Amino acid sequence: MNHIALLMENQPGALSRVIGLFSQRGYNIDSLSVAPTQDETLSRLTMTIGEEGADINQILKQLYKLVDVVMVQNLSEADALTLELAIIKLNKTKADVEGLIKNYEFEREILDEKDNYTVFKVLGDTQEIENLLSELKKEEFLEVTRSGTLGITKGNESLATNDQTKISYD
Amino acid sequence: MAKVMTSGGEALIKALADENVDIIFGYPGGAALHIYDAIYQQDRVQHILVRHEQAATHAADGFARATGKPGVCLVTSGPGATNAITGIATAYMDSIPLVVISGQVPNHLIGTDAFQETDMMGISRPIVKHSFLVQKPEEIPVIVKKAFHIATSGRPGPVVIDVPKNLTDPNEKFEYKFPSDLYLRSFALYDEAENSEVKKAVKLLTEAERPVIYAGGGAINSNAAEEIYEFGKLMGCPVTNTLMGLGVYPASDEQFVGMLGMHGTYEANMVMHEADLIMAIGARFDDRITNNPNKFGLQAKKIHIDSDPSSIDKIIDVDVAMTGNAKKVISQINKELKAMNFDNKKFDPWMKKAMQWRADHGLNHNMLDQKNPGDIILPQQVIQSAYKATDGKAFVTSDVGQHQMFAAQYYHFNEPRKWINSGGLGTMGFGLPAAMGVKFAFPDETVACITGEGSIQMCIQELSTCGQYGLPIKIINLNNRALGMVKQWQDMQYGGRYSSISYEDSLPDFIKLAESYGHVGMKVEKLSELEAAMEECFALKNKLVFLDVYVDPDEHVYPMLKAGGDMSEMYLSKTEKTFE
Ligand SMILES: Cc1ncc(C[n+]2csc(CCOP(=O)(O)OP(=O)(O)O)c2C)c(N)n1
Ligand SMILES: [Mg+2]
Repeated sequence: MNHIALLMENQPGALSRVIGLFSQRGYNIDSLSVAPTQDETLSRLTMTIGEEGADINQILKQLYKLVDVVMVQNLSEADALTLELAIIKLNKTKADVEGLIKNYEFEREILDEKDNYTVFKVLGDTQEIENLLSELKKEEFLEVTRSGTLGITKGNESLATNDQTKISYD
Repeated sequence: MAKVMTSGGEALIKALADENVDIIFGYPGGAALHIYDAIYQQDRVQHILVRHEQAATHAADGFARATGKPGVCLVTSGPGATNAITGIATAYMDSIPLVVISGQVPNHLIGTDAFQETDMMGISRPIVKHSFLVQKPEEIPVIVKKAFHIATSGRPGPVVIDVPKNLTDPNEKFEYKFPSDLYLRSFALYDEAENSEVKKAVKLLTEAERPVIYAGGGAINSNAAEEIYEFGKLMGCPVTNTLMGLGVYPASDEQFVGMLGMHGTYEANMVMHEADLIMAIGARFDDRITNNPNKFGLQAKKIHIDSDPSSIDKIIDVDVAMTGNAKKVISQINKELKAMNFDNKKFDPWMKKAMQWRADHGLNHNMLDQKNPGDIILPQQVIQSAYKATDGKAFVTSDVGQHQMFAAQYYHFNEPRKWINSGGLGTMGFGLPAAMGVKFAFPDETVACITGEGSIQMCIQELSTCGQYGLPIKIINLNNRALGMVKQWQDMQYGGRYSSISYEDSLPDFIKLAESYGHVGMKVEKLSELEAAMEECFALKNKLVFLDVYVDPDEHVYPMLKAGGDMSEMYLSKTEKTFE
């Protein structure tokens, strides 16, 4: 598993350039999340590449080479916090759901429920969410949506940059 | 200063002029018509009308390779854009600075499968350094400026600017402002190498016993020839160039062991195999160089200079990585070597060994003296004769196949930017349009296109462009009546089963063909007539001459590396090889 964090220009086409580097090599992206940052001209992207034997260093260099990419970081090699949100809809009552998830550590909240279904969210470690989901496979579950892993390094350093390269002509 | 009001189309052409572009290659069509109208109404930028958009990209590419300046082309949307793709990919693979402007359907039609709509941003994405879809006409000058900067800086490459038609509308004017400087966020460029890395490199270089300098196309792109020559002399060791690097170190210099790789010389490949230090300059350890990368340079420490960090440790792990501009980094190294008064005498025995390899199995550069049974012409003799007739001073473009390899092996390039070929993509059809680009850049120089009867037919329509603009290119067609390189592989690896490589009975009469375009056609079939014909061809200064030379159809290119082997494992002829 490799978690990659990346800042890129918030521009049409930027994302497809990033994705293209993976699809060209036949690598699958397991999860991907993109959203604008506090600087609305930049988007932040976190992705997870599960591919065994993927040459991540080569990809990181290729990513950084893209004109639209401002910063890249391999969170798997940094001291980083990761977190994932999943929203799950089950054919079960609230009481059943609470029973099912009581032994997990993640944050949880029931969002919507009736006699024949429950929608709840869980927020926590990706592995723990995976464990829950595979346990739920036995159950009749209706739907699940996940944010993909989000990540940020510990400490007071940041991926953001104000660097501009000024190119002057004379 | 008074405000200058322009339409998007006018702004585009004006911005090109302000970028000091004086020539562009292109082909008009619906989505580009406003731009063509703007071209008509000015005279700072000359437009050259080719006969196929592929040729526009190759011509711009040839111009760029010969001059070091970015090449520019203009095509319409849809089929114009798709026809340009092969040329863009060709430039991308060889890191050539191109700016390709494509018309696009009007904004409001994008995504509707409109007439002549293709997603140019999408189809070109994996083969461009960067691309822009213009969204507002006012931003055209800034986009042009960014495009040129991106295309030419660091590791150069093609940049596409896709321009929706409505944004070039002649009735919509805005104030034209060409930016004096521009900002690109986190656009890393590497210049000089870290001093500590320079020290490490110099230590390895001076402590080595058997060093070799291996320079490629990046050394040409960074104009490092002078520095590399000085470096070569300071080291006094063997120097080899890749197919893309030919000319960056003078072929006639005694330390030059020739081209390396798939069809490299015996001595160059042996030197690489036996070296204890490989110094790669602007070269990327391509699979046509290393042969089996797991068996490559096992005895050698490696130093790698490249402007692109992603080229380093990509195929071969190196001991010292120097990301930077080859010209600057080599100067840094030269300075150190001079400061320490490095005595390179200890490399003499190694240099002698290289010369011994050359004496054992080097290429024969005096084949013009030899007579052949039936007075048949060998392809190598054609190149030697062209070299002789041009005094080695011509710009030589080429296509892809045996003729290309013979040209690379036998025409000695003493200067960079004189040998112009598609090394990375290997694009048949490149030679003639590339020669046009070179000829436009250097109208007073001799420009020869060494081609094969297969390749030349891929862009043969450009004979018409050459007629229109009076381009006296010399086309030397090594006519072996077959897709020779494919045939060679079929001989060597497919038991001589010649699948789809011949068309002898339906080849055009190239003489008549050339004449029908208003050019001179000449045919030679006998070795005894070759040199006179070659002299005559180059003596006709103001004419395009198509010299159709019938060569031995059974000749192979040697040496040839054994597939999957190391660099010492070569076929040397149809009967000799260096391995069991
Ligand atoms: C556009 C394109 N199609 C196919 C090939 C594959 N190919 C490489 S060399 C070659 C034969 C070229 O024949 P010719 O131009 O006559 O040169 P020769 O090898 O005979 O000298 C072919 C088909 C290619 N390089 N480019
Ligand atoms: Mg041929």
